[in-house]
Amino acid sequence: MLVFEIVMVAMGAVRANLLRSVLTTLGIVIGIAAVITMVALGEGAQQQIQAEINRMGTSVLTISPGQQRSFGVSRGDTELSIDDALALRVETGGLLTVSPEQQTYMQISYLRWNSRSRVVGVWPEYFNIYDHELLHGRFFTQSEVQGRRRVAVLGYSASEDLGETPPEILLGETIQIRGIGFEVVGILAEKGGSGFLRPDENIFIPQSTAQYRVMGSRDRLNTIYAATETPEELDLAYAEIDRIMRREHRLRAGEDADFNIRNNADMLETFNETRQTFTMLLAGIAGISLLVGGIGIMNIMLVSVTERTREIGVRKALGATKRAIMTQFLVEALFLCVLGGLLGVAAGYAAAEAMSRFAEWETAVSPQAVAAAIGFSAAVGLFFGMWPARRAAALDPIDALRYE
Amino acid sequence: MLARIQVGRSTTLSDEIIRTEGLTKHYVLGAETVRAVRGVDLLIRRGEFVAVMGPSGSGKSTLMNMIGCLDTPTDGKYWLNNQLVSELTDDDLARVRNRQIGFVFQTFNLLPRATAAHNVELPLIYAGVSSKERRRRAEEKLALVGLEDRMEHKPPELSGGQRQRVAVARALVNEPALLLADEPTGNLDSVTSADIMRQLNDLNKQGQTIVLVTHEHDIAEHAKRQIHLKDGFVERDFMNEMVGSAV
Ligand SMILES: Nc1ncnc2c1ncn2[C@@H]1O[C@H](COP(=O)(O)OP(=O)(O)OP(=O)(O)O)[C@@H](O)[C@H]1O
Ligand SMILES: [Mg+2]
Repeated sequence: MLVFEIVMVAMGAVRANLLRSVLTTLGIVIGIAAVITMVALGEGAQQQIQAEINRMGTSVLTISPGQQRSFGVSRGDTELSIDDALALRVETGGLLTVSPEQQTYMQISYLRWNSRSRVVGVWPEYFNIYDHELLHGRFFTQSEVQGRRRVAVLGYSASEDLGETPPEILLGETIQIRGIGFEVVGILAEKGGSGFLRPDENIFIPQSTAQYRVMGSRDRLNTIYAATETPEELDLAYAEIDRIMRREHRLRAGEDADFNIRNNADMLETFNETRQTFTMLLAGIAGISLLVGGIGIMNIMLVSVTERTREIGVRKALGATKRAIMTQFLVEALFLCVLGGLLGVAAGYAAAEAMSRFAEWETAVSPQAVAAAIGFSAAVGLFFGMWPARRAAALDPIDALRYE
Repeated sequence: MLARIQVGRSTTLSDEIIRTEGLTKHYVLGAETVRAVRGVDLLIRRGEFVAVMGPSGSGKSTLMNMIGCLDTPTDGKYWLNNQLVSELTDDDLARVRNRQIGFVFQTFNLLPRATAAHNVELPLIYAGVSSKERRRRAEEKLALVGLEDRMEHKPPELSGGQRQRVAVARALVNEPALLLADEPTGNLDSVTSADIMRQLNDLNKQGQTIVLVTHEHDIAEHAKRQIHLKDGFVERDFMNEMVGSAV
């Protein structure tokens, strides 16, 4: 029997009971859709974090405040101060490029435009650490930091929020940050890569200005960034930072650190570990839903074989071999499952799209995930279709023809 | 023995199409054994038109199913076209049914969702004939039974007589050596029955070997030879030209 005929017969059988077939495949549809969506989310997060890390480079160490514990009891959040940043800059002797970061969301206005943007107080080194390039104007300088000058460098898309395109029109203009006038001295080139930080939407001002004029004299940094020339120097840098920070914070030897030093590469590793757990979980969900879906398929195939006993009898009477009958029912089960798989991929893709559109989560449906999903549903079809198909093939022609 | 009847002409090897020796079929139902067919010896030659008759339950269908290779005998031997088919495997029997036998059933046994043309094509699908050739042959046989204008109709859209003609076309499509019909007119009115019988007669005149089961004497009159079964034995076996002359 020719393959084409077998497929046509199987499709005809599915079409003849379309509603039942679709309902039967629902288990597989839902399972596959869930997996595709979750994989898309995981993949999206992966790409986002990868992009973030690529953007920042792997030779950047991020120092953030941690919790100080003594004898297991938290003494509350500690803080990073500007002295910490200064000490790191001065004492590492050119090993590190250092910049503090102090940031908050603020009301920005220019003429009649208003926006709420992230204002980031940094040193000029920051632009170096993050490889920012200028589109127009200049970065602010070290002396402007010392002088607490009211100058601002705008991220690429920050100007759009202030109603001005092209952005260079803002150059030399005065914008209001929390009612205080700042001169726009530079506009950064587009950085791309969405990410959590969205660097293109930021407004950068000198850290000192941020501390004393905008954020109310609080000497409290969010982060200190420290970059080395090459990734090979990271270990040394790590040790140096740890030593200096411990001294600055007056920690005794053996006492837990009240700060965290993280390497972007470490972050990637942590993320990958999480992701692996996530993947195992997914595999579990997929396995269970495919098992349930497969049992549904087996059930409906058994019903189908019983319902079509006479048809099987007729086919056998006319010369169908066991193999031909078996193939027919196996292809039918396969067809149902692959149909379910395809519907599931479509539904999962739609869900992922909806998530990235409405919840603004990054998602990416990878071709491998789609191929695996369809491959797995086909395997389920073969596995759970085998028994009903064998039953059909084993029917005695006379008994089958007599079946009422 | 009543069952042993020598028919006039001498037979050559290539001349005989059905030969059975002690063909037997028992059904075991719990403690009871039903002896549906008990030791039938038959010889049917190419070109014959045989009517198998007998009371209900006498084993006609059981015998026909064994002759048609749909059922396997409990005991005895059966040669079809000089091939010992009583020893074949299921799949070999399927191939024999496919290539050498055309079967017409009382209940038509058409696939209800397939068109007349597709129903007729079925045996050719299992014979591995290309779709174009299948279509051509199906059309030819449907035209032969006078259904050239009903090719795309499905069985529920056809009358009983038309359905049976589709079944006849299907039985003929693989050019079988042997055409078997188990009460083909059992579900048809007398006019339609006569129509089907005329068709079988024509086929036989063109050389088609036919074995037919029937209850009705006027149907059996169409055949050249009658075999009467009773309780699983051949009771009488005679040529229609000499009606009434048993043994
Ligand atoms: N599958 C079966 N299981 C048990 N007994 C059976 C089976 N098929 C047939 N028989 C028995 O075998 C005997 C012969 O049955 P068969 O169908 O051959 O009769 P028949 O001559 O064709 O009758 P009818 O004219 O009513 O069709 C009957 O007694 C029947 O009950
Ligand atoms: Mg019968």
